Amino acid sequence: MSFDNANITDADAAKITRVEELAYELTVDEVMSKNLVTLTPELTMRDALEIFRKNRISGAPVVVDGELVGILSIEDMIRSLRDGRIDLKVADYMTRNVITARNTDQLIEALKQFVKTKVGRLPVLDENGKVVGILTKGDISIGLLKALQRDYEAEELIRYRASHLFEDIVSDHTTLILRYYVKKNDFTHGGAASNNTKKALRRLGASPQIARQCGIAAYEAEMNLIIHTNNGGVLRVEIEQDKITLEAYDDGPGIPNIELAMQPGYSTASEEVRRMGFGAGMGLSNIKQCVDEMRLTSSPERGTNLYMTLYLKTPKHSPQDKD
Amino acid sequence: MILQDAVQRLQLKVLTNSSDFNHVHIYQGYVSDMLSCVVAGAPNGCVWVTLLAHSNIIAVATLLEIPAIIITEGAQPDETTVARANEKEIALLSTPLPSFEVVGQLWQMGIRANERLSDLL
Repeated sequence: MSFDNANITDADAAKITRVEELAYELTVDEVMSKNLVTLTPELTMRDALEIFRKNRISGAPVVVDGELVGILSIEDMIRSLRDGRIDLKVADYMTRNVITARNTDQLIEALKQFVKTKVGRLPVLDENGKVVGILTKGDISIGLLKALQRDYEAEELIRYRASHLFEDIVSDHTTLILRYYVKKNDFTHGGAASNNTKKALRRLGASPQIARQCGIAAYEAEMNLIIHTNNGGVLRVEIEQDKITLEAYDDGPGIPNIELAMQPGYSTASEEVRRMGFGAGMGLSNIKQCVDEMRLTSSPERGTNLYMTLYLKTPKHSPQDKD
Repeated sequence: MILQDAVQRLQLKVLTNSSDFNHVHIYQGYVSDMLSCVVAGAPNGCVWVTLLAHSNIIAVATLLEIPAIIITEGAQPDETTVARANEKEIALLSTPLPSFEVVGQLWQMGIRANERLSDLL
């Protein structure tokens, strides 16, 4: 999307990235350089060249008593060198109609100026018209990167807090239980419970591998509830400090032959369900590979209960982890 | 492989919103039309070749963090499936070619069954 267009349609809005959002959230004074090098009009171009060189800059605002009177860029410097008039004054070569930004402007306004005018830097003025900083595209890039870094740290903090849940809350035995109610034939939401399980485990600090294994086991159990039950069922995930227990239960019709159901490739799925990619007969054996323990009980009266347990290995602490 | 190269070489039709795949790097691929096999066998971050077009493919791709699905033999996902793919930022790419042809071409472009990024670095 283009920064020039102020009118954003819904379609555009869906495409707006976090960086673009930040361009609207941040203000100019949050990213501008405040270590300001300024020139005065009566300096010679030779003096200005020396100031540019010492400060490693390629342009600076020209100021009299805090008021902006012009801007001098490296291009102006080159012109004076070309003319052999390096001993003339800054006032003779500076640009007088300066394009500026306001310190309270959103960053997006400054970005529009850069796109529209092709200038390299914008002096930043406060509400009294005093020069308070200078903004380059480089400042904007650094500002956006810093803001993204802050976002990232905030997410890390949420994850850190979540992962310390078990240490922060004192009880003799703390567990966290997630319940997902899975409807019969609800293929539209199929996979939502397992994806949310996986996401929750990642938030709680589970390794990608553990989260993936639980996600796969939960997925197969969830799809079984959708496909093979009378009235759907419940996926229950219990998280403890040392293990994760997944349980899928329903109220029927039950599995007539559990041994047969456990065989890889055996499936009772209908032709319609198979056309959607289910019924490979691999569900239970997939689960078995992903968890440490699996128990399946079933009867026509009480329905089916599938218990799956995954033990969390105590992480090895490296020396720098010690507080 | 950069996904954009595959889109161009195989002339894949992009069904989802995203149009620039120059930054999507893929090293591994998986092909199957049985969801349980995909769940068990497809590596994270792979390209998945299938003729399934039902919305369940999005749930599986989300679970396995699969960034792109190539739907073969002209199978057409419905609007809900495409909308959900957009929501999950999964690219849906369509082709009239059979899966075998697609996989052959991807192999020639360097995609393998089980190659990890860390092996390549």
